[in-house]
Amino acid sequence: MSRSASADEQRRARVAASLKRRYGAERRFRLYGQLAVLVGLGFVALLFVSIFSKGYSAFEQTYVRVDVNYDPEVLDPAGTRKPEDLADGDYGAIVKAALRATAPEVESRAELKQLYALASNSAPRALQARIAADPTLLGRRESVWVLASDHVDQIVKGYIRRDESEESRGVTDLQIKWIDALRAKGALERRFNRQFFSGGDSREPEQAGVAGAVVGSFFTLLVTLLLSFPIGVAAAVYLEEFAPKNRYTDFIEVNINNLAAVPSIVFGLLGLAVFVQFFGLPRSVPLVGGLVLTLMTLPTIIIASRAALKAVPPSIREAALGMGASRVQAIVHHVLPLAMPGMMTGGILGMARALGESAPLLLIGMVAFIVDVPRRLTDPSTVLPVQVYLWARSSERAFVERTSGAIIVLLVFLLVMNGLAVLLRSRFERRW
Amino acid sequence: MSFSNDTTLKLDSRPEVPRTVVANASGEMAAGEEIKTATVGQVTVANPVMSARTVNVHYGEKHAIKDVSIDVANNSVIAFIGPSGCGKSTFLRCLNRMNDTIENARVEGLITLDGNDIYDRRQDVVQLRARVGMVFQKPNPFPKSIYENVAYGPRIHGLVTSRADLDEIVQTSLRKAGLWEEVKDRLDGPGTGLSGGQQQRLCIARAIAVDPEVILMDEPCSALDPIATAKVEDLIDELRENYAIVIVTHNMQQAARVSQRTAYFHLGELIEVGPTDQIFTNPRHRLTEDYITGRFG
Repeated sequence: MSRSASADEQRRARVAASLKRRYGAERRFRLYGQLAVLVGLGFVALLFVSIFSKGYSAFEQTYVRVDVNYDPEVLDPAGTRKPEDLADGDYGAIVKAALRATAPEVESRAELKQLYALASNSAPRALQARIAADPTLLGRRESVWVLASDHVDQIVKGYIRRDESEESRGVTDLQIKWIDALRAKGALERRFNRQFFSGGDSREPEQAGVAGAVVGSFFTLLVTLLLSFPIGVAAAVYLEEFAPKNRYTDFIEVNINNLAAVPSIVFGLLGLAVFVQFFGLPRSVPLVGGLVLTLMTLPTIIIASRAALKAVPPSIREAALGMGASRVQAIVHHVLPLAMPGMMTGGILGMARALGESAPLLLIGMVAFIVDVPRRLTDPSTVLPVQVYLWARSSERAFVERTSGAIIVLLVFLLVMNGLAVLLRSRFERRW
Repeated sequence: MSFSNDTTLKLDSRPEVPRTVVANASGEMAAGEEIKTATVGQVTVANPVMSARTVNVHYGEKHAIKDVSIDVANNSVIAFIGPSGCGKSTFLRCLNRMNDTIENARVEGLITLDGNDIYDRRQDVVQLRARVGMVFQKPNPFPKSIYENVAYGPRIHGLVTSRADLDEIVQTSLRKAGLWEEVKDRLDGPGTGLSGGQQQRLCIARAIAVDPEVILMDEPCSALDPIATAKVEDLIDELRENYAIVIVTHNMQQAARVSQRTAYFHLGELIEVGPTDQIFTNPRHRLTEDYITGRFG
């Protein structure tokens, strides 16, 4: 059959026409993809900018300088100089006297009350600690920086606007006058907020810290990791490598997949019913929190681990078995090391989810107001996301920045955890 | 002594080579052993290392191997040839019970190694695979160093007590596999970093490190280029001095080059077994002839 020149011509023209359409489609497709990525990145950037711009100021706290006179008459009226008597001294009076010295013109009781409110109510305790550390200070004078109250702090940081009405801003005109005077003297300063990182929760915003929640989260995740990873990997290895494929294992598989989709609050109810009420474990403790989160994380880890085991080429198993390795040897020597990075990825995802989880922990009482930083797995505590929730619903204005501050700490916690896991994973990864 | 080959071939209704009574080459079959088989040629040998008698394999509903009986002789190479899906690999994997790993695979019949039933309940499969080694179609070194690849078998079987012994075994195995000169300076390098042909020879070194009696090779050269193939074939010829070798191959020239006996499989049946020269020059069965002359396959 001979080719006709005109038919060839026509065919080429058609291909050319369709080419244009195809390239156009390709360009559009890529554009949609790029747009989607941009939108996603945009939201993440917005989130970060918003949280960091609100939260960074929580890492600084306003301090006020007062000239205190450690008057032995007030602190140790009996004159015993014993530590226990010194601890009982009226340090509040010392602080008040020091504050009065900054504004000697104040006379009326109402105004004095406003003046005293400039310092945090933790100031007497700070002075007490100084005397306890160095009793020779007694009878001397010194300049001490004490925590300012949260209202002062918010004025200094500009979160409370001066043009608001007196009632709504919670700070009187008189107080603002004193604050300005103190600032002019250099007696008001923003310093790094150590308390935020070392202290537990508090009703007073200026004294509230995330340490309790950080340690609580750490303990809870420790329990979760130590339980869910070994159990999850063992279950995955059994199901994938040893279990016969029959109706029962199919049933188990379906149920594991379903469990992964169960809302987390249901696991909280389960934990409350089983661990707290049936086994009588204490409420609000990281141990129980970890157990509940283990239940929640297990399906994720099992599914990821099974996928990782499936991805190991069967030729490796055959090679080991063909060498006369037993099944356990083939799995432990060859399959598990190859599947480990994938399993760890699953573990990281599960842990990250557990770290951000609050609903199931509310149900087992980890939402309680706890001032002390937990020291044991059985000390009452809370966790970071619950702390964020607790502060977010507090009415004091100073808790707003602290909420964002806690979120930043949560994100950093997450980054550190994931960083460690990635590091570990890359050590396990075979580079060939 | 002879046995009669009296069953009819169910397979082929076409006119075929006369069904002759085939004498056992040595005439030293165990007294009274009568093998009921449809196979043309000599399935038995004197002093076999392994023998299979009326082996049937089912994968679920599929009847993959039908009544196969054959002996594997010591110090020689037997090649299994046949079209794809004819069951030659399946049968090979019965010889070291690799089919155990396949769900719903069922093996019936008798397979012996040195006279002992390998499917016996008392037979330990780990022990068996230490005696019947295997080399796979695709080179599959462990993702570990070259040294570790070869040392793995001796180590798990507890064959060595000292590091010096292990070094010795690794070296001799690599030497026997003709790989020593190429890798001696990089024993700690990854096994997967070698070329395909080197990887396959590494797998052979790994298999012979535990000093098996039989080596099964499942199309060991199908993933290799001609030069690497030639090296592996030379190696197989050398290994024959010490081991019984069963090789499955798609490549008929290869079967002709390396084997002393050849078995032709067709749709799960063993059609013909005989000395390689005879199978390739004067096949008795019509199907064998069709296959080796390239009429199908």
